[in-house]
Amino acid sequence: MTLLIKNGRVIDPASGTDETLDILIDKRKIAVIKPKIEIEAKKIIDASRLVVAPGFIDMHTHLRDPGQENKETIHSGSLAAAKGGFTSIACMPNTLPVNDNRGVTEYIISEAKKSAVVNIFPIAAVSKDQKGKELTDMADLVDAGAVAFSDDGLPVKQSHIMRRALEYSKLLNTLIIDHCEDKSLTQDGVMHEGYYSYLFGLSGMPASSEEIIVARDLILAEKADARIHIAHLSVKGAIDYIREAKKKKVKVTTEVTPHHLLLADSSLESYDTNLKVNPPLRSKDDVEALVKAIKDGIIDVIVTDHAPHTLDEKNVELDNAPFGINGLETAVSLILDKLVYKNIIPLQKFIEMISTTPAIILGLENKGKIKVGVEADLTILNLHKETVVDIEKFKSKSQNNPFHGWKLIGAPVMTIVGGKIVYSE
Amino acid sequence: MPFVHKHLLGIQHLTASEILTILDTAESLFEISTREVKKVPILRGKTIINLFFEPSTRTRSSFELAAKRLSADIINFNRQTSSVVKGESLKDTVLNLEAMNPDALIIRHFAAGTPHYISTFCRSHIINAGDGAHEHPTQALLDAFTIRQAKKNFKDLKVVIIGDILHSRVARSNIFCLNKLGAKIILSGPPPLLPLEFKKFGVDIDFNLDRAIKGADVIMMLRIQLERQQKSSFPSLREYRNLYSLTKKRFRRAKKNAIIMHPGPINRGVEISAEMADSAKSVILKQVENGIAVRMAILYILLGGKERDSID
Repeated sequence: MTLLIKNGRVIDPASGTDETLDILIDKRKIAVIKPKIEIEAKKIIDASRLVVAPGFIDMHTHLRDPGQENKETIHSGSLAAAKGGFTSIACMPNTLPVNDNRGVTEYIISEAKKSAVVNIFPIAAVSKDQKGKELTDMADLVDAGAVAFSDDGLPVKQSHIMRRALEYSKLLNTLIIDHCEDKSLTQDGVMHEGYYSYLFGLSGMPASSEEIIVARDLILAEKADARIHIAHLSVKGAIDYIREAKKKKVKVTTEVTPHHLLLADSSLESYDTNLKVNPPLRSKDDVEALVKAIKDGIIDVIVTDHAPHTLDEKNVELDNAPFGINGLETAVSLILDKLVYKNIIPLQKFIEMISTTPAIILGLENKGKIKVGVEADLTILNLHKETVVDIEKFKSKSQNNPFHGWKLIGAPVMTIVGGKIVYSE
Repeated sequence: MPFVHKHLLGIQHLTASEILTILDTAESLFEISTREVKKVPILRGKTIINLFFEPSTRTRSSFELAAKRLSADIINFNRQTSSVVKGESLKDTVLNLEAMNPDALIIRHFAAGTPHYISTFCRSHIINAGDGAHEHPTQALLDAFTIRQAKKNFKDLKVVIIGDILHSRVARSNIFCLNKLGAKIILSGPPPLLPLEFKKFGVDIDFNLDRAIKGADVIMMLRIQLERQQKSSFPSLREYRNLYSLTKKRFRRAKKNAIIMHPGPINRGVEISAEMADSAKSVILKQVENGIAVRMAILYILLGGKERDSID
């Protein structure tokens, strides 16, 4: 089976490529990359006026499988990913049961082999049952296929446990990802604490709850000389700590979501539960600081934090709704329109942040690059295509997305995983 | 100026003249409650449901009497004996009640924004009777009515609001309301319950009550929620009483003809001394009485329709 992609603008930040090239895929792998390949291929794709990028990687997804298959399954989540332009996704361990042992990791991998159309990389829990008391059998989990460790939304509370996890992660050359939240400060909060939480009468989640844990993690990572990845950065104060740490060569990387880049706390005026997310939508100043941090190279990765919830769960009073936004199918178009099309960040930079860099951070050697011999995972973009976000058309099982109705310019139009077209307009 | 809103969700989005329209209407309806036969047929045939998800005696009875004095039929929904305890969602509960064709739903709920949320899928008029720490519009309106009764107008009145501002829907609605009417507002309370960002609402803040109360025309005490102390929002009730209780000594710093207000229920001896609560300066029971007229006005304005001219 051969597939020839002709005349695409090939952008591969890993090799610094940005030119019109043809790509020949043979038996799942990239076989030839050069201008004007003249060969009889089984299938030819005309990519004129399109961008061919290394497959996008979402290193922060929630698939709800096992346990909450009414919200999302590995199958449905992978379809949503493919439609959103992602060829690989890393899924968080907060399933039922928690992915804290080889059995669950193996289940995810085998179910993905059976039913997923994109690559699925499990992230295992740092502590047993995400309880923050005992470390999981991390070596066994790495052996089973876990690519990183995180206690996700129930972040490791005890500094001592985080310290040990960071130290132990070096043995395995693996990565600890932390959702930075001091829950004793956020308590029953439902939105960012500040003028708007006071105005709307909603319980606040102060910026300090994130800043404190970011600062702690940076100190612990520095002392342990271990890698730490800060999940979904959202406040200016935390950016400043990371900027300083990077100057000191602390091994820190960090990520941001489209919703934290595009929406602010004032939007909660509608009490729309689709705007309830953790970390919460922050102040306008924080939003501006996040965009600047991308430009300054402080933020490394763009992630979705795809968190599917059923309509019924979200169709309640704001206080009672679960946190989370369904993001796989809107992330790429949102960034293409709001940041790339508007010339806030260059396209190459965006591709680097959503493919090249996450592959490096997760240690996925043959991902995030367009190179002869690697698995042919490719994302094809049409920068001029106009779309309207329509939750009714989501491939995801859930529709909890606040961008419904937004008109966006730029969209993924084809997704290729291992040489196979898994999504096409 | 006509009142153009379908619902009463809060004070924040009302104009000063809309607020005055409500107060004027309340004034003309006030007299009905003093008659021997306390009933007029203005809302005959209208159905209203009191939908209270939080305990309330004052507000619920006040709405009930207001509706009855206008001849509307009103029923009370009680959370404890409802399907909510069987796990029915709020939306299902409301849709089921709405299937019985009420004209208005009066909502009290512990979650901020709930009346707003209900208004997104409901046909009926929605009246907010208190949503979480957000708004309590009829309380602010009856407070404004009471202040006007005592002080004639609002311009340059110094109003001090004291207590747990952070968690108080009464404070928020009063800030919005009295600001629009031209009063000068000072907030006082312990810093953990009074974030400085409240200044952006156009008020002054003084944590020191003895200073804040100086020259006040209106002293509005808020109920201190005893459970807040368990959340360490302040050290102890003893400390709170020492710093923020309205005592005779403190009251002397206010203007001679100052009035004392409280939305109730009061914690005697905590935020207000019994002596002050029962003093001639207290208008606490007037607030309760006026509450009925104000709520009659709201029901009349929202549900009155064509019969509006027949008020006299």
